[in-house]
This record gives sequence, structure tokens and C-alpha cells, in this order.
Amino acid sequence: MTTAEQTIPRYKGKRNRLDRPELLAPAGNLEKLKFAVHYGADAVYIGGQKYGLRSNAGNFSFEEMKEGVEFAKTYGSKVFVATNIYAHDEDIDGLEYYLQKLEEVGIAAIIAADPIIIETAQRVAPGLEVHLSTQQSTLNWQAVQFWKEEGLPRVVLGRETSFAEIAEIKARVDIEIEAFIHGAMCSSFSGRCVLSNHFTDRDSNRGGCCQSCRWKYDLHVDEEQLYDEEADPFTMGSKDLCMIDYMPELIEVGVDSFKIEGRMKSLHYVATVVNAYRQAIDAYFEDPEGYVLKPEWVEEINKAANRPLNTGFFLDTPGAEDHIYEPEEKAAPYDFAGVVLEYDEASGIAVIQQRNHFKPGQEVEFVGPGGRFFKQTVGEITDSEGKVLDAARHPLQLIRIQTAQPVKPMDLMRKRISKK
Amino acid sequence: MTYKPELLTTAGSIEELKRLMDAGADAFVIGEARYGMRLGGDFDPAAIAEAVKLAAPRGVNIYVSLNNLMDNNVLDSLPGYVRSLSEAGVNGIVFGEPAVLMTVRAEAPHIPLHWNAEMTSTNYRTAEYWGRRGATRFVLARELNMDQIIEMKSATKLQLEVQVHGITNIYHSKRSLVNSYLDHQQDSGRLEQLDHHRGLYLTEDERPGERYPIYEDANGTHIMSSDDLCMLENVHELLEVGVDSLKIEGVMKSIEYNEAVVRAYRQAIDAYMADPEAYAFQEEWLDGIKAVQDPNRELSYGFFYKEQVY
Ligand code: SF4
Repeated sequence: MTTAEQTIPRYKGKRNRLDRPELLAPAGNLEKLKFAVHYGADAVYIGGQKYGLRSNAGNFSFEEMKEGVEFAKTYGSKVFVATNIYAHDEDIDGLEYYLQKLEEVGIAAIIAADPIIIETAQRVAPGLEVHLSTQQSTLNWQAVQFWKEEGLPRVVLGRETSFAEIAEIKARVDIEIEAFIHGAMCSSFSGRCVLSNHFTDRDSNRGGCCQSCRWKYDLHVDEEQLYDEEADPFTMGSKDLCMIDYMPELIEVGVDSFKIEGRMKSLHYVATVVNAYRQAIDAYFEDPEGYVLKPEWVEEINKAANRPLNTGFFLDTPGAEDHIYEPEEKAAPYDFAGVVLEYDEASGIAVIQQRNHFKPGQEVEFVGPGGRFFKQTVGEITDSEGKVLDAARHPLQLIRIQTAQPVKPMDLMRKRISKK
Repeated sequence: MTYKPELLTTAGSIEELKRLMDAGADAFVIGEARYGMRLGGDFDPAAIAEAVKLAAPRGVNIYVSLNNLMDNNVLDSLPGYVRSLSEAGVNGIVFGEPAVLMTVRAEAPHIPLHWNAEMTSTNYRTAEYWGRRGATRFVLARELNMDQIIEMKSATKLQLEVQVHGITNIYHSKRSLVNSYLDHQQDSGRLEQLDHHRGLYLTEDERPGERYPIYEDANGTHIMSSDDLCMLENVHELLEVGVDSLKIEGVMKSIEYNEAVVRAYRQAIDAYMADPEAYAFQEEWLDGIKAVQDPNRELSYGFFYKEQVY
């Protein structure tokens, strides 16, 4: 992150409705929802079976939503549903029923871009809050004012807004502002990319995007190709957003909800990223003056990262260093290995549900909410019958392992990927 | 009310506007990059006033594009700009976002509003939402097909504007992606040379022969379609259902090209309107376009006859 050392003016804004910013996490399925909440998300957003932009994310049935809402409630957290497509007329049938069901199962808010969905929700499901999706690319205070007058309590800004612009919007309009602070980004204005429609006949704005902005292209001028096959090809692919270095600035500018991208991301990713931001936010509120960024938070985020990170448009317009021209390699040399299901204090034995191959002698890390963390080497492992195993090979297999320190259910175990 | 379809196009200068009026255009979208997106050229308010003066006596309409994604900075000058358009007597304002809608309602509520959110204007119910807030016309996304257009036309009273010819935008970013890339190649000498160069295009290995023009301007980076939409042969299908405005997109084309295209559509529309029953497409109209068509750019039906998945 080249801009990390840069100092920026501290903008003071007001947070209008919430005394603390909300940490809002993605959840691709019920299990991820539980982990996101357990690791500190104040709210999670999910996709239902219709009207969402992630047609491939394990979308929730109404039953699962209900269970998710109930689970979240025990932590005081809320569940939002993304209904953020730009609808075509044939999509509208069934919309009213769908929105009423969301309200009925206890969803707190929908995130919508298309005004027809917004208006329908206000009419048929008044108990649902409507948040304006980033897909509207809202970048100025007057547009925010418009949506406030239309009765929306919250606007998710376009990812192109800077700190200074957010400060002005907060100063002029009394409304909740949600901003993306972490994750992958469209490099286009949201909604203003139909590359997939043109290349593959898949509709980007209804969830069909095939990431064409990350493909490799050659740049030509007239009949000449500018750089030969040896050179890095042209691409529009952006580095991923990460604002962990700027938490005080984000809090002080008055952003009401900090949003993490990634309904397609793994449980390990979501829990790890949420865990880091949760700690940063809590540390700030405990002692705003004495706040310091802990290197552990950054390290943790890096262990989950899929791509190199940057600060988007918050500080300045992204340049050469903010795009990925070189071949991509996996940024983090760690893999999710297992989830703690039980722990027996007397024996120090944990029951781990396998999520990836691991074996005795391997170095692993245990992570829990609030930054609990230790490393150890895997000793003897047995299956649930007590049979000694040479490796944990099967997904979801229950494995017993002696841990170096106490662990708790829902702690995560990750392994270092050995460099060959 | 008798149906009179409008043949709408773009113009880069007063000179071009005159030539395209002579070629048969009924209306123009013009403006300047501070407020409008992907225009043929910059018309400041004085030039817009001049355009209106030239156009009005001939019954030609001048619409001004304000469909940028506006940031806070632009808002300060927006009310004054809208007032100047009102004084110039423009016939419509094209908007894509609520800040413009609010400003026009406050400063010049008599000016008709055309809703154009580019690729996100995809259903008539949303158009009607903007209609209830003042829009009179709905500019359709190019990624819709004929069945959807026909359904919309029968479902809404709003005027429908459909692009029938020319290049379309397929990607718009606020980032300076060409500059960033040249920077990455440490080729800043080239930067000067190529900045805003309109001969730049991208290719992709799996799509041989397709050239996607790319350029940067004050509004970021724009990537354009590799083919040119051309609905001339089937323009009667749009006229049959009463589409109100047929747009020829003239950006990134020479004036000679645009003249030929406007002339061809003028002929087709006039022939259809003179006698819909007897109308038959004439190959020679298309020949006029083919004669000036860039051989590297295919003429296509765009999304008119496609089904998309998601
Ligand atoms: S191709 Fe890239 S910019 Fe376009 S919609 Fe997909 S992720 Fe976004």
C-alpha cells in the first residue's frame, strides 16, 4: 500500500443515527452468517433466491433467513438482504410476495438499487428498511438528499467517493451513510459495466458478471500494438480495498456503516476480516486519543487476502500502483484448515471439523474472536473413535487434537502453506 | 395524435449540426463534458443558444445531456447552468441521476426531462418512477431486446428513445486506466502523445478481430463496443410499435459517416411514414452506410434479437 504513510486531513463529520458505526459483513450462506456475527459483525447482508446480484453465492431460502435472523438476534445483530439488481420487466412478477416474506422472516433491511424495488418495498413491506445500493453510484450530497426525501434511511455511497466528499455529504444531509471499506471492487462505476453482456451474453446487472475487467487485453493505437507479448498486458482489474489503516478517519468522518465485500468469500475470510475490523473499532471507542493500529490486525487481514490491497478512492484517484498488471499470485500463504466444535478443558483436547487437509507435524494457528491467537505444531490426531490418523483427509471429518492453549467452539484453525 | 418518429443524433460542433440537419436529423443531443457523458464535442451555453436558434425555425429539437455521475463539486455550478439552458430555450434535458432532476425541477420545471441512466435503464416501471417525478422520456439501455422494447412501448405512456445505430459504451470507470497502464509500462513519453487519443483500442485473445475502442476524458475511462449497431433493415419494427425517438450515436465517427447514416435512416423513416403498408426496405439505403463503414467494425443488431442469461 503505497499511500499508507500519506497524512490526510481529519474530517469531522457527524454520525446521525448510530452512536457507533456498524460493522456490516457479507454472508454467502447460513454458516458464514453465524461466523460473521460471532466474530463481531453488527449486521450481515445476504442474498435471497431472487433479485440479488450474486447468482452463484449460496443464496438463502426463507427458512434459512429465519434461522439466520434468530441467530443474529442472540448477538444483537441484524440481517439485511441484497435485492440489488436492475430489474427487467419480467423480473417484477413475484416481487411483492418476496418482499413481504422478507419482512415476515425478520429481515431488517433490503439493499436496493432499482427504484421500482425501492418503491414496491415501501408500499408492501413497510417494516423493511430500504437502503440504497452502491449500484446507484451515488456520489454527491444532492442525490443523497433526494433519496432521503424519498424516505430512505440509508445510502450506500459509490465507491468513487473520497474522504472529503463523504465529509461534505455528512455535513449537508442527515442520513445514514454506508461505505465499502474492504474487499474486491468493480473498477467501473457500479452498474456501468456490460462487458459480460457483450463478451458472453450474460447480464452483469442481474448477477451475470464474469469478471471481464480482470481479463488480459492488448492495447493498440491505430494499427500498432503498443507493447509486445513479453510486457504485462492491459487490464482494468483493481486491487482490493482495505481501509484498516484509516479507521479513526472513517469513524470521525461519520460513516455510519462499514461494509465488507464478499458474499462469495470463504468462512475463514469473512471471520478473519470481521475480527480485525471489530477490534479496531472497539479499540478506537475505548480510547479515541490513545488509539493505535495494531500490526496483528493488518497481519490477520493479509492472511485472508486474495489479492494485493489498496485504499480505493478514499485518498486519491487510483493510479498505476492500484491495478493488477503482473500475474496474480495468491497473496496469503495460509489456508483454512478447520473449525473448533468442542473443547475439553480437563484433557486439553479439541474436536476440529476438517475444512482442508492437515497432518501431524504441520504448523497451524488458532484464531478466535477478539484477537485470541496462538500457533502450534499439530501433534497426534485421532478420529472420533480414537483411531490415530496420519492425516485429516476428509472434508467435515471430526478430528481430535491436543491444543497448546484453550480454545472455544467456532475458533478457526489455519495452516501455513508450505513453500515448495 | 399522429405519430411522428424523431430521428435523433449527436453533433460535435455547430458546423456538424448544420450538416446533419440538412441530412435529415430531427433532433440533437449536445452538451459539455462537465455535465454530460460521451458527447460528440463541447457546446458551451453560448453555443447551445446558437444551436437552438438554428434549429428552432426548422422544427428541430435541441436536448442537452446532463447525464454524468455528478460529484459534489459540479453541484455548485449546476443551477446556473440549468438556468442558462432555460434561457437558451432548449427542448429537453437528459438526466441520469437525482441531483439533476432536483435542480431542473427547482430552476426550470418547464424543460422536459429525459431519463437516461445508460445501461441501468432496463424496465418501464422504473422509468415510470422517474416519470412520476418529472421525466417525460425514457432512454432505453442498449442491452434490451426487441420483445422487451415492444412490451415497454405498450406498457408505458412515456416517450421511448431507442438507439438504432452506432457505437455503444460497454464500460465506464472513474479511473484513468490508460494513463495508469502507460505509467506501469514506465512509458510516460507515450502518455503525452496518446492522451485522449481516439485511435486507441483493446483486443482480447479469445475474440480475434474485435477491436474495443478505449479512451479517457475528464469523466474517466470509456470502453466501447467493437461493432456498430445498425437497425436500418428492421427499423420498421420499431416504427410499427411507435417508438418515439430513434437515436443515431455519432461519437467517434466522422461527420461524413454520420451524414450518410442520418440520410439512410431519414429515407427509411420517410418511406415508412408515407405508406406503412407498402413499405419495403431498400438495399441501397444500407449501401450508403456500408460505403463509409470502417471495415474493422461490423454492423450488427446489437442485443435486439438476443436472449441473455444471468
Ligand atoms: S467485469 Fe469487473 S467491473 Fe464489470 S461488473 Fe464485473 S467485476 Fe464489475
